[in-house]
Amino acid sequence: MSGFDWVVPIILTVITAATPLVFAGIGELVTEKSGVLNLGVEGMMLVGAVSGFITALVTGNYFLAVGAAALAGAIMAFLFGVLTLSLMANQVATGLALTLFGVGLSALMGQEFVGEPIAALSKLNITGLSDLPFIGPIIFGQDVLVYLSFVMVALVSWLLYKTKAGLILRAVGDSHDAAHSIGYPVIAIRYLAVMFGGAMSGIGGAYLSLAYTPMWAENMTAGRGWIALALIVFATWKPGLVLVGAYMFGGITILQLHAQAAGLNVPSQVLSMLPYLATILVLVLISKDESRIRKHAPACIGKIFHPAA
Amino acid sequence: MTRKQFSGLVSAVALAGGLLMGGTAAAEDKVGFIYVGPIGDHGWTYRHELGRQAVQNEFGDKVKTSYVESVKESSSEPVIRQMAADGYKLIFTTSFGFMNPTLKVAKQFPDVKFEHATGYKRADNVSTYSARFYEGRYVVGKIAGKMTKSNVIGYVGSFPIPEVVRGINAMTLAARSVNPDVTVKVAWVNTWYDPGKEGDAAKALIDQGADIILQHTDSPAPLQVAENRGVWAVGQASDMAKFAPKAQLTAIIDNWDGYYVARTKAALDGTWKSEDTWGGLKSGMVELAPYNEAIPADVIALAEETRKGIEDGSIVPFAGPFNKQDGSVGAKEGEALDDGTLLGLNWYVEGVDGKLPK
Repeated sequence: MSGFDWVVPIILTVITAATPLVFAGIGELVTEKSGVLNLGVEGMMLVGAVSGFITALVTGNYFLAVGAAALAGAIMAFLFGVLTLSLMANQVATGLALTLFGVGLSALMGQEFVGEPIAALSKLNITGLSDLPFIGPIIFGQDVLVYLSFVMVALVSWLLYKTKAGLILRAVGDSHDAAHSIGYPVIAIRYLAVMFGGAMSGIGGAYLSLAYTPMWAENMTAGRGWIALALIVFATWKPGLVLVGAYMFGGITILQLHAQAAGLNVPSQVLSMLPYLATILVLVLISKDESRIRKHAPACIGKIFHPAA
Repeated sequence: MTRKQFSGLVSAVALAGGLLMGGTAAAEDKVGFIYVGPIGDHGWTYRHELGRQAVQNEFGDKVKTSYVESVKESSSEPVIRQMAADGYKLIFTTSFGFMNPTLKVAKQFPDVKFEHATGYKRADNVSTYSARFYEGRYVVGKIAGKMTKSNVIGYVGSFPIPEVVRGINAMTLAARSVNPDVTVKVAWVNTWYDPGKEGDAAKALIDQGADIILQHTDSPAPLQVAENRGVWAVGQASDMAKFAPKAQLTAIIDNWDGYYVARTKAALDGTWKSEDTWGGLKSGMVELAPYNEAIPADVIALAEETRKGIEDGSIVPFAGPFNKQDGSVGAKEGEALDDGTLLGLNWYVEGVDGKLPK
């Protein structure tokens, strides 16, 4: 046994713990970049998880299942859009309501499916490559959603900062009045961003019900939607840092469990709250240094846009 | 011991809906149940719901049972009061956190009888009941001690409360009685229910050498992980073999059916008294799921012998001699821990790794 063999299983577990956070985080990042705060991530994840699970169970097709999860998340987000963008309801209250609604709706949808096991989403297995020591299982042995999560982060990063579409999206998020006055359809752009966020949350939820713990159980996201929201603040609205943060949040949880299992004398409660402490710390730091917020935080976040004004 | 942490966000809706179901039929007696989780949790609440159904089947037209699910512990008082005011004769409140609300409402409705699960406060019209799940874990410990090859048993813990510590200790004592080389590693997840985290804890324990996973949390995720990794596991609260057909050695099953039927009968014929019941294998409150076919016959025989011994009283799980984790005496030869000590148990026995969080 070489010295680093014990690292591989830890890294593999961290990856599965981080992936749902990456999806939900990167989706909500786009939503927030357009100037909309959707606190309904947890609800959208749950509805995505149950939709993906039911589709996988009924059709046996995981590609369809992931699609259904994305669609379900997007529909939830659309609902949020109708309320906050078209009917101009308060975003915070509506987002909270969306989470409550999602918890109930997913429970209702999943009623008949509790206790039904399914096979886990299969992992990549390239003869030769996946068997390589150390990097084999980590780089070439993941399921397709893990790879997709990295692709999405790269895509969002490129889209936001290297394309005109991204520039417009950020403009809408930073000053909807200015964007509106030069003729951009603020509401339509926000609808798209919100629905993209919903679709990603849905896939994040489906990762739980299809790959992480392949089953449906009520409330199975257990607060991951809220961690994803904290993650964006932690990342100061930068896509790359969302990825880093997700792996850090996931990593702390896993290391904490390993430390306990190894009999190390660490208070598990302290380690459990570390991610949140880190978020608060970042919040304090960025509040002190205004330029850091200005650079990446969307200025219009949470503000209602009145086109007539 | 905050029993179960389901969010219960729909409790208000459930309250309205559940009580409507109660109906107003005149001649029959009404028996109510308050659940902390959804009946679809496949664990704790599900087993109470089966108990309710047993009552309904037993008494047919004579009683009308109804339930309210996903009731948050913090907002349970109005739900309980509503039931009492609606003329229910007997009300089961099935979570530790319902204790004080139950007592409070019971005071206002002296004619209504209450049964509170896992609590310790009683009144003239409030009984308490719980189950000695540790007896089941003692039987499981014998199997685990025989089946482990790595001599490391992993235990996914929820909260470091006496109920959970009892289970860990009972299992450890039993496992080491048949295999003194066994050590038990515990990973606390600080939740009753988070499939992802429970699964991660199981993975961590397996990565640290455990080849049997026990759990005192509610989701079947640890069993799924065990199945996936090719190690053994033991189901919790209900038979979870569906999730781990190869890995599940057995499961510790809560069975409230007999108790609920007996108490309803007592309430109907007027013999109901306030009591404290702590039933175990003998009472049928704790059961074991069918043993895995892969367990050798002699190990099954040992498990059955242990089960029967506990039932007839010849085997006492916490009988000495055994040491505490720090090497001091836990119980001397010929002595056993009494119920008072067990109810407040806050130390590990020898053989458990790591420090018990306080």
